[in-house]
Amino acid sequence: MTTLYLNVIAGGILIGVVYALIALGLTIIFGVMRIVNFAHGEMVVIGMYVGYGLWSVTKAPPWMIAPAAALVLFVLGYALQRAIVNSFIDRPQHSQFILFISFALMITGLHLVLFGPDPRPISMIESMQSYAIGPLRLDVVRSQAALMALVFIAVLIVFLQRSTFGRSIRAAADNLIGARVIGIRVPTVYSITAGIGMACAGAAGALVAPIFDTQPFLATDFTLIAFIIVIVGGLGSLTGALLGGVLIGLSEALAALMISPALKTVFSYALLALVLVWRPNGLFGEQER
Amino acid sequence: MLQVRNLTKAFRGLVAVRDVSFDVAVNEIVALIGPNGAGKTTCFNVISGALKPSSGSVTLGGELITGLMPEQVAMKGLVRTFQIVRPMRAMSVLENVMIGAFARTADVGQASEIAAEAVRGVGLESKESALAGSLTLPDRKMLELARAIAARPKLLLLDEVMAGLRPFETDRIVEIVRALRASGVTVLLIEHVMRVVVALADRIIVLHHGEKLAEGEPSKIGANPKVIESYLGKRAKLS
Amino acid sequence: MKRTLRPPLWPAAAFFAVAAAFGPLLDTFWLSLLTLVFFYAFMGLSWNLMMSAGLLSLGHALFLGLGAYAAAVLTASTGVNPWLAIPAGALIAALAGSAIAWIGGRFSVRGVQFAVLTIAFAELTRVLFDNWDLVGGTGGFFLKAINPDTNRPLVTLRGGPLYFYFAFLVITAMAYFVIQRLMASRWGFRWRGINEDEDAARALGVPALRSKVLVVAISAGLAGLGGGLFGLMQGSLFPDSVMRLQLSIEVLIAPIIGGLGSPFGSIVGAFFVVPLMEFSNVLGQRIGYYGLNTLIYGVVILGVIAFLPDGIWPRVLRYMNAIRAA
Repeated sequence: MTTLYLNVIAGGILIGVVYALIALGLTIIFGVMRIVNFAHGEMVVIGMYVGYGLWSVTKAPPWMIAPAAALVLFVLGYALQRAIVNSFIDRPQHSQFILFISFALMITGLHLVLFGPDPRPISMIESMQSYAIGPLRLDVVRSQAALMALVFIAVLIVFLQRSTFGRSIRAAADNLIGARVIGIRVPTVYSITAGIGMACAGAAGALVAPIFDTQPFLATDFTLIAFIIVIVGGLGSLTGALLGGVLIGLSEALAALMISPALKTVFSYALLALVLVWRPNGLFGEQER
Repeated sequence: MLQVRNLTKAFRGLVAVRDVSFDVAVNEIVALIGPNGAGKTTCFNVISGALKPSSGSVTLGGELITGLMPEQVAMKGLVRTFQIVRPMRAMSVLENVMIGAFARTADVGQASEIAAEAVRGVGLESKESALAGSLTLPDRKMLELARAIAARPKLLLLDEVMAGLRPFETDRIVEIVRALRASGVTVLLIEHVMRVVVALADRIIVLHHGEKLAEGEPSKIGANPKVIESYLGKRAKLS
Repeated sequence: MKRTLRPPLWPAAAFFAVAAAFGPLLDTFWLSLLTLVFFYAFMGLSWNLMMSAGLLSLGHALFLGLGAYAAAVLTASTGVNPWLAIPAGALIAALAGSAIAWIGGRFSVRGVQFAVLTIAFAELTRVLFDNWDLVGGTGGFFLKAINPDTNRPLVTLRGGPLYFYFAFLVITAMAYFVIQRLMASRWGFRWRGINEDEDAARALGVPALRSKVLVVAISAGLAGLGGGLFGLMQGSLFPDSVMRLQLSIEVLIAPIIGGLGSPFGSIVGAFFVVPLMEFSNVLGQRIGYYGLNTLIYGVVILGVIAFLPDGIWPRVLRYMNAIRAA
């Protein structure tokens, strides 16, 4: 019985790492631009389709395809931000919200038109395999996805901490006026940040394509999970997104096992409501009170 | 009217206000002065309920109001203005002031009359329908004042209402405050503009580093060496 | 005596009168379409009310769904008079709204966090309803079909297309006038004050928590009322259809597109958005691509929000004022 729990916990943590990557994209965008991307789940699904598409053509494993998906989404995110979203930065929140809703509708509509509503599973040999580590059986696909997600996260953190551009992003997030004063081109920073945020979503999408069957209507679930993680972890907090992702992945897996699969999201939402009430800025967010 | 006893407010280690006590008698005009960072606005925030004190008490008209919420304190007759003005930008001047008036009446017609009167009192009647967001800073200050007046305060807390105004605008406000006092209102004001303090205040309370340094009539305070030192440093001398 | 400027009420009254007069002249297609328009107009009015105090609801389907299920379950299972069941549903929704507003206000959950809180409660309730046998769970709850020959609409509160057209028209008109009245009252000023600057408002005596709970209670209650009628119209309810996030989003598109500032904006928005949805559906089917409707819908919404940031109705008003001035 304990082996079952251990395996479920391990599986939950693995998927949680990928969730963390999704949440990271959302939280970076918010941290820098104070914009809530309500079409984040749709970006993940774009990544899934890129992953599925390239896999069907090249038969390469999704963890290898993920960088390509990241690149595609980076370009898309950059373009969207530069062309439209930047002009919405100073608009009221409800306007921004409708903007992203319109994106979500267009993306889902486009997916339906191009690919139809039917789920597209990725069947590989690896889908059935698992790594044996002691008593644990770790799903190969999940393990590869989690490892690759960690690589992306590591690259991202190094970029933000070490590179000049990363510093510009952090500067703009910290103190907008100060950043402008020292000559940082804020719209460009925003566009690149949006690109990075979407790239995280896209990469994660390609990584989960073999785990969840690709279809347009998964988008809302991804958006919701990203939001739960980001709010629980703290809007704008990288640590929060990371730990929050693992926490949610874990709690969903355990809730599915211990309560019932149908009610697993109830636990996440209850946790979300509790965090909102107790620490509205998230477990790792700025403590104002 | 107002009794502040042993008021202390600490923010995680930084003690902004330490053991401050003072009284404001009914119908007095008292000025709270001190260098920047002395804790004056923090005092206001605690007295008006925007912050909870770490210890100490605040009594208004004999009633203990420590720890009450801002709206409760306002309903008991203590109305404050903000150092950085906070107009309701998308609402008109009259509508802004009506929000103050609604503290005393539930009737829209009555509130509108009270507000119109307050707007006239500060000289903004020509801009009554203008959106508050379109006003200049001096007008916004007048708006803030009118809004507070419309709430028919027993005790009015003015936080650096003169800051950034030109002399003739300052004089206007001095007149208004005097008229308020004549109509029975008690006033406690934070001010840096000494001309105004001397012209208006019956008594002055000086804060420095969060503690009460001195208290008394304007002439005595001006000559108080400790006060001079707090503003100008140890080696300054007033000739 | 100076009075604040209130929009005259007679143009709206005339509008509703005309809409009512047209009712018997329309065929089933138009009746169904316009009924849906008034449903979304009504829901938009309810959603917009909360927004006036700065409270963004992304879970409005919760109140709709509670009202729908309450009305349906009470009339069908327990045989309660529909004239009581629908208000009961509205009351339940109002209580839910009050609870959420109280939690939000008491624990200082504002802005984005408050919006997510509403999503959390909506989703929680949806999943709970999915697993609740009394309401049919995921299998759904079904009302018995009415017999068109013997049914008396004013008794069962159900009927044909013309009846539901009038029903939604009536409640929309009622909501419009009630909300105009509220916004012109002390509460309206307080809500707008809280929206603009909560701390400044509180310093002037505005009771923040009470005001927020009240506005959400009314907003939710209205949504529950509309939901109840909607439930009786649909005849079959699923948690996934009446409580889902997509519905919460659909509800707010009309008021934002129409214009948040005035209640009439929600009505204008519904008149734009609902036919747009239908037109996209029809076009999508004609051309034969599934999903084309969603794409078109999204593109148009993007167009409107990009070029008419304040919505359609404020722009129309500006044109009308400009013409009058010329």
